[in-house]
Amino acid sequence: MNILAIFKREWRAYFASPIAYVVLTIFALISGYFFYSLLAFFSLSSLQATTNPGFGQGLNASEWIVRPLFRDIAITMLLLMPAATMRLFSEEKKTGTIELLFSYPIRDWELLLGKFLAALALYSAMLGISLLDIAMLGSLVTLEWGLILSGYLGLLLLGMAFLGLGILASSLTENQVVAAVGAFGVLLLLWVIGWSTEAAGPTLGPILSHLSIINHYDSFAKGTIESRDVVFYLNFTLLCLFLTLRSLESKRWRG
Amino acid sequence: MIEADRLTKYYDKHTAIRNVSFTVEKGEIVGFLGPNGAGKTTTMRILTGCLPPSSGTARVAGFDVLTDSLQMRRRIGYLPENVPLYTDMKVTDYLAFVAEVKGVDRGRRRQRIGEIMDKCGVAKVRQTLIGALSRGYRQRVGIAQALLNDPEVLIMDEPTIGLDPRQIVEIRQLIKELAGQSTVILSTHILPEVSMLCHRVIIINNGQIVAVDTPENLTAGLQSSTKLRIRVEGPVNQVGMALTQLPGVLRVVAEDEAHLPAGQAGAQAGETTHSFVVESERHCDLRREASRLIVERGWGLLELRPADMSLEEIFVRLVTKEAQEARA
Repeated sequence: MNILAIFKREWRAYFASPIAYVVLTIFALISGYFFYSLLAFFSLSSLQATTNPGFGQGLNASEWIVRPLFRDIAITMLLLMPAATMRLFSEEKKTGTIELLFSYPIRDWELLLGKFLAALALYSAMLGISLLDIAMLGSLVTLEWGLILSGYLGLLLLGMAFLGLGILASSLTENQVVAAVGAFGVLLLLWVIGWSTEAAGPTLGPILSHLSIINHYDSFAKGTIESRDVVFYLNFTLLCLFLTLRSLESKRWRG
Repeated sequence: MIEADRLTKYYDKHTAIRNVSFTVEKGEIVGFLGPNGAGKTTTMRILTGCLPPSSGTARVAGFDVLTDSLQMRRRIGYLPENVPLYTDMKVTDYLAFVAEVKGVDRGRRRQRIGEIMDKCGVAKVRQTLIGALSRGYRQRVGIAQALLNDPEVLIMDEPTIGLDPRQIVEIRQLIKELAGQSTVILSTHILPEVSMLCHRVIIINNGQIVAVDTPENLTAGLQSSTKLRIRVEGPVNQVGMALTQLPGVLRVVAEDEAHLPAGQAGAQAGETTHSFVVESERHCDLRREASRLIVERGWGLLELRPADMSLEEIFVRLVTKEAQEARA
């Protein structure tokens, strides 16, 4: 019950401040633009295929539009989600409201989970916006819905990892900008770490590749849900939430 | 209701409080008095479960603050020092949130919130954003959230700070009304507040308890003599001499007239007015003798009142005594 109360408050707080509106609008704009340009390129290619039959064989809306769109959405989320998580704890620390929360009969994990779920709800709302594009596309061409489903599952898991790290950063500082920049920096590093795997040599390469937060998304993009990738994202999220609990506890101890 | 046993808290190497022990009985209002940085807030944070002590134990409403924290927190209300509230919420929404996390029964919630809003005088601003409220209303919302769960123990850190005189009177009235139902512990550095509200006072300085007693006993206990303040219209030397000769008088001090418009009042009467502080042996009431003496001599008796040691003086004396002992 406490989780629900915290969730409701956080959800309302998102919409009491401009954060939710800004994040949702920017996401709708950017993902809409990506969708439009992918669709435009696809229809141009389809037009060329009518004059050159051999060219049209690999043309498939799921491969040409949905997959790159999901990849673009993942990058957009990387940029936007730190803004959605930055205030969750840092604001409470700065204004002192956390002291009152600590005096209420709420367990730390209930507090954390309520906040995490509120951020996840906002993230899901953003994914919901992109679903409008997909639904419109689906009314025009035939799509592989299995691929889309696995893509969304992947995005959801990836998003949980983003949010987990964002909340951890927020619990470590009173300053929202520091929380946002810190979360963004670490996420970006974990993203680009996968680019240098070939140059890193046979020992380090696979490790970097495994740590890369986006490499685990590839299987979802291909439509094959691999348990090790699911486990990676869940573990990453749980580790972040666990560290956040520790950080809250130490906040208590240090005052 | 509250039992603190040798509470000690270190922040790094700095000791915030050391061996703080006290008990508070059910229904009592206890004032926590001390200069800024004395450890009042630290003690209160420990009692509310916000901060674990470095050593020592505390039981609030029958539950240990460390091991039964959740049970304990169900039974308390806390008003932190700067009244941190969610400024982006409306008053009713905020109180509804607090009622939910404090575990007020779903069916009773609406009614309870209504009651509390009436009691704390925030019903008028129920639809206002907390961020837009004046300091006084914010304080009331803070008290309202503390009271929502009908707490057995109410802990308030500087409940009247930053309020205007009328608001202070109202908040004090509210706290007085709580006496008997809840056990209240409040911190303040306003001394008259303590003598007005509290059954007992705990004076804390440098992280240690200096004195625990009722305001009356504290005032009486520290006085080695009884003092009378007398303002007389008459020749200063003769009056002084006459007063000194009264039985039981230890000494008479003529006070400087700086605070008196001597030129005016004195000149009009044809004689100057003077203030004297007559110090006599303890429990020796000289009011009758002194007034008779002055009237018989034909001087004007303008004022005569017992000059009790104010809590301020006691406080300063206790705190400085402490400092001297520490140095010695």
